[in-house]
Amino acid sequence: MRIRHSVISPNKIELQMTPMIDIVFQMLAFFIMTLKIVTIEGDFSVKMPPDSPQEGSLEDQMLPPMTVRLRADSEGELAGIQFADRDFPSFAALNQYVIQLVGSDRGPGSMADTAEVELDADFFLKYRYTMDAITAISGYVTPEGEVVKLIDKIRFSKPREGE
Amino acid sequence: MRFRARSTTAAASNDLTPMIDMTFQLIAFFMFVLNFSEVDQDERIQLPASELAKPPETAPELPLTIQVTQDGTAVFAGQSLSLAELRIRLRKEAAILDYLKKSPTQATMIIRADAATATGRVQQVIEVCQSSRFEKFALRAKQEE
Repeated sequence: MRIRHSVISPNKIELQMTPMIDIVFQMLAFFIMTLKIVTIEGDFSVKMPPDSPQEGSLEDQMLPPMTVRLRADSEGELAGIQFADRDFPSFAALNQYVIQLVGSDRGPGSMADTAEVELDADFFLKYRYTMDAITAISGYVTPEGEVVKLIDKIRFSKPREGE
Repeated sequence: MRFRARSTTAAASNDLTPMIDMTFQLIAFFMFVLNFSEVDQDERIQLPASELAKPPETAPELPLTIQVTQDGTAVFAGQSLSLAELRIRLRKEAAILDYLKKSPTQATMIIRADAATATGRVQQVIEVCQSSRFEKFALRAKQEE
């Protein structure tokens, strides 16, 4: 009996690429469509219990809350910064003053730990200036990119009449 | 002079390998950057920038987000609300938290306010939250470039 060997084609086996390419392009289209470009966001934590003038008990407070007064012009632009009865030309100057005020003491009971700042802004002041003030009080970033915290107890005063 | 037409019987075959390589790389890239998390960003809100704005290491407990648009409108759960309406909604939220044996004081109110909105409007929104027993706030800013 003769066994017929299977005929081996000398030609290359052609793979059907079309379905794979179809599905790959569909996947690509899906991922492109669902792409969401998200900006990096961060939070400033503020604890403000209602009807409480200060955060924490009086015993915890070594200092009364210091007030940052932010004045606005008629357009809502920043017209003046006042902190601890001193005027500051910019938020950078305010930041430098807070750095000097707090110093390098960061432990429990230190100024950075106990001090509280109240923000008193004109009603129509643009919110970005308030955020700049919070940034100047809260800390700074070293040239190495490290965040150094200064005062993190921040609260708002009652809204000023403006409407 | 006669030109003989050159005819070929072989089918034209393109080399698909580089294209497939590139496409798979694109798919891998988009898969890595895909973000399934629920982001509460609103294109109407242009957040103020801050160099200290870093993403929190832990997610806030019981987050509730209120957006304040440039004209001072509060947006809560996708609805534009007046301050009076916001107060009613937040009281409902507080009641739900009470029912779930959780206090509104545990919840974190995330305030996403537009950089150009009036600070007084943000303060009013915070006061409305306080009147509904919410006392933890997170003022959101975008990272400064």
